[in-house]
Amino acid sequence: MSALEIAAAVRGGERTARAVMEEHLSLIGAREAELHAFNLVTSEQALAAADAVDARVAAGDDPGPLAGVPIALKDNLCTTGIPTTCSSKILAGWKPPYDATVVERLTAAGAISVGKTNLDEFAMGSSTENSAFGPSKNPHDITKVPGGSSGGSAVAVAAGFAPLALGSDTGGSIRQPAALCGVVGVKPTYGRVSRYGLVAFASSLDQIGPFATTVADAAALYEVIAGHDPRDSTSIPEALPPVLPRLGDGVAGLRVGLVTELCQAEGIAPDVAARVAAAAEALSEAGAKVEEVSVPAVIYGLSAYYLIAPAEASSNLARYDGVRYGLRVDAPTTAEMYDRTRTAGFGPEVLRRIMLGTYALSAGYYDAYYGKAQKVRTLIIRDFQAAYERFDVLISPTAPTTAFALGAKADPLAMYLNDICTIPSNLAGHPAMSVPFGSGDDGLPVGVQIMANALDEVTMFQVAATLEGAMA
Amino acid sequence: MTPSTPSPNASVLPEGWGMVIGLEVHCELATATKLFCCCPNHFGDQPNANTCPTCLGLPGSLPMLNEQAVELAMRLGRALNCDVKRSVFSRKNYFYPDQPKDYQVTQYDLPTNLGGHLDLPSGPRIGITRAHIEEDTGKLNHVGGGGRIHDAEHSLVDYNRSGVPLVEIVSEADMRSSEQAKEYANELRAILLATGVSDAKMEEGSMRVDANVSVHHLGEPWGTRCEIKNLNSVRSLGRAIDHEALRQIDLLTNGETVRQETRHWDEASGRTGTLRVKEDADDYRYFPEPDLVPLEPSAADIARIDAALPVLPGARRAALAEAAGVPATAGGVVMAVERGLDHLARAAIGGGADAGRVLTHVEHNLAVDGAETLSPERFGDLVKMETGGELTATQAKTVLAEMVATGGAPAEIAQARGFEALDSSALEGIIDGLIAAHGEEWEQFRSGDDKARGKLSGFFMGKVMQASSGQADGKAATALLRRKAGL
Amino acid sequence: MASLSREEVVHVATLARLELTDEQIDTFTPQLAAILANAADVEALDLDDVPATSHPYPLTNVWRPDVVRHAGVRDAVLAAAPAAQDGMFRVPSVLGDAP
Ligand SMILES: [Mg+2]
Ligand SMILES: [Zn+2]
Repeated sequence: MSALEIAAAVRGGERTARAVMEEHLSLIGAREAELHAFNLVTSEQALAAADAVDARVAAGDDPGPLAGVPIALKDNLCTTGIPTTCSSKILAGWKPPYDATVVERLTAAGAISVGKTNLDEFAMGSSTENSAFGPSKNPHDITKVPGGSSGGSAVAVAAGFAPLALGSDTGGSIRQPAALCGVVGVKPTYGRVSRYGLVAFASSLDQIGPFATTVADAAALYEVIAGHDPRDSTSIPEALPPVLPRLGDGVAGLRVGLVTELCQAEGIAPDVAARVAAAAEALSEAGAKVEEVSVPAVIYGLSAYYLIAPAEASSNLARYDGVRYGLRVDAPTTAEMYDRTRTAGFGPEVLRRIMLGTYALSAGYYDAYYGKAQKVRTLIIRDFQAAYERFDVLISPTAPTTAFALGAKADPLAMYLNDICTIPSNLAGHPAMSVPFGSGDDGLPVGVQIMANALDEVTMFQVAATLEGAMA
Repeated sequence: MTPSTPSPNASVLPEGWGMVIGLEVHCELATATKLFCCCPNHFGDQPNANTCPTCLGLPGSLPMLNEQAVELAMRLGRALNCDVKRSVFSRKNYFYPDQPKDYQVTQYDLPTNLGGHLDLPSGPRIGITRAHIEEDTGKLNHVGGGGRIHDAEHSLVDYNRSGVPLVEIVSEADMRSSEQAKEYANELRAILLATGVSDAKMEEGSMRVDANVSVHHLGEPWGTRCEIKNLNSVRSLGRAIDHEALRQIDLLTNGETVRQETRHWDEASGRTGTLRVKEDADDYRYFPEPDLVPLEPSAADIARIDAALPVLPGARRAALAEAAGVPATAGGVVMAVERGLDHLARAAIGGGADAGRVLTHVEHNLAVDGAETLSPERFGDLVKMETGGELTATQAKTVLAEMVATGGAPAEIAQARGFEALDSSALEGIIDGLIAAHGEEWEQFRSGDDKARGKLSGFFMGKVMQASSGQADGKAATALLRRKAGL
Repeated sequence: MASLSREEVVHVATLARLELTDEQIDTFTPQLAAILANAADVEALDLDDVPATSHPYPLTNVWRPDVVRHAGVRDAVLAAAPAAQDGMFRVPSVLGDAP
């Protein structure tokens, strides 16, 4: 059952939220040990919340548009009294005293959290192998990675543990695992979804977004979590145009650009390229006008990203110092306590990025690295703007390949190349999503990325719905 | 560095030496809440009572800028004649336990206020480099080892002050003596109070002054500067600057060099000591704060702020000085503005009261609570009674004190106290009586030398005042005594 | 500039308050150098006339009213702190003033 079907059944009194939750918890019980989607399953709280939803329905109240729908939360979203670890030893056991805005909104909409999902430590990675608590496995083939960093959320949805999940996307961390696990994953426009309560990785790039098995479910979840929040100064104040009523509008007359630089980027596998071509064909058949388009500056995206994101991360992760919360490794002086706590608490990829970011900001290097990368951002935005004058949406592969084997990418740079197609939208702050579109030569899922101009989620979802329909 | 102008006020220095001073002043803004969260901006509460996820730097928390803090900072900027411009918050990254995020949100290359000036009451114009907005840190309490940082066994952190809004006002290195530095601090404080930007209490730490001091041979380039911290009063500021300048001169005279370092003023010993030497490792890795958006005041915003600015102390001094026909540096003028009594003084002078007597009362007799509630008409009446000979100076002072306390009219107070100026026949009666009673002394007064006469004049005046209950006019009594002695 | 020395890595670790073993430094040095070498394309661009983008969505003057709201998280945070005493966070001795 889809999330929308569950909500309709619960609101209509045809199914109880408890029955729905028990069904999902038993699925989790059956396969979680093998897949490791979660850092924590909160069965008791979930069942109690389900009973509360049922009580409201029984009393004639409407618990909201996601009434009784189980949802999995990436473990970098703050949940009151429930451990939030970012899959890091440095926050092991930490319980936030407050809820993220998205968590508040989900609760108000009647959705029920089933637990906190695994991720690459502090969302740094593309395979979920950088978790301090062990990797998650791809439900289509457990020898393969699920992608990352929101791998646990993608796995939870792909394995049917929950129809919905939330992830965070800094350079592709929702879209890439969605593609590798064969589910829908959405990164909204920067500022559409409040970051309040999302543990920061790179503040100017981070966005929270939905995972779902259908485009309509993803749109429903997007509508619940998006919208202005005064607690996030970068939150967009403009009203949110609803997506669901326009989802079936089709793509007739829409101009679709196939981004040359991303379709021909380093490492794009032929079977993936073939699926993107097929998607272009499908859109064309549905009445869209599809053409190739060049967005030249995106070729600098990867380099710029791997300067900006680590720089911001090096500052955001300074607070994990053993003074106020989380891990402390004792030492005779505070300075030594800092050194020991941070070195013991962070895994190798986090250490690497902190080092890289510190270097990119340090005296004498700022202009050459961080400063320049911020200028590249301007170039990318300009080139996208030029493309959006001629096109309504742009498409490309989401990830260069289908899911790769666990341990296959030990070299950090090889891992970074996974994000080559997803990063440009983060740098520009534009919305982008991945929809499953068939499979590669190995039978594993392939995702197609749909990018749109800032604030134009509606058109992006319409294209996604059309592609979904073409596969049905 | 350009050679400075001579140092006219640097009298504590040996001949041929000059000092150069710039001040950095941190002021807590008088807001209800902190800079980036809704916690109370309040001093003296239980440790960590005023904290939340944002000012504790909890994971996932975000800053929300306080509108009033921006307003107050811009108001100060305009009062200091700055350009108020587009500004951007930046992160200053360094690790320290009073800093909950291990970075401070401040302004770096684009501060809210740039390039202003402040005129010292004594005349010199001191440049203001910038006045930017930033957040305060928490407070460390050192436990064991007598509470001193180096000997403490451990420290306890209270984040109540973490995130309190500050403006940091950086002056140009335009001051040439500790007197000027003190004047600058006092004048800045007066502006902060007049504009309602800060309560500016140095002893409570809501105004903190750090001084950059260097010395040089007059006519030669400036020397290496040291920064002095822990100045808890304007008096300490002056003492510390003079001490530091002499220390540097001592080093240089002995062929040593001055190291660029931060020094700590110890009030008890009256000396500065090394706090930390500037290191290459001081690399704050500033970058634009991604969690906050730029500030872009419009021309209308600035016009609104300008229109609402109160008349500032400098202009108030000038106005009173003009009304009184004295220099703006006159003690009574400075004091009147400092105590907020300039309106009273101007009104009294405007009503025809003698300016000299008005300023004298302000300077010497009105340093009391409630003086600002005096009615200018009644104050003017008092001064007129005094200059008209109805009251002696001593009586006027007594009446004035009662006027402040009760709000009464001077004539009624004087009457109730029996303060009618003694008429000349009554005075003559008293003096005749004294001459009769103290014949020996009177003889010495008449015939003695100047020294003896001076002494006995004092003796007789004391008796006159005693006999007249202080109502006698001193000048008239002296004149009468001399006349009777045939002098 | 893309070649990164071991000394620079040690210096960066000091700035970032990390205590790396010799082995970690040996591992990180070539990895970081490779990542920076990969950024040489960006480093080589002439972008003097291009403004920097620090916020992807251009907003200005975002603020809140100056009204007190108590959060009441103190006790929970102190209870979970690594070390607390007298309502405060306890840290080992702090040698030296803030930089
Ligand atoms: Mg400062
Ligand atoms: Zn707070």
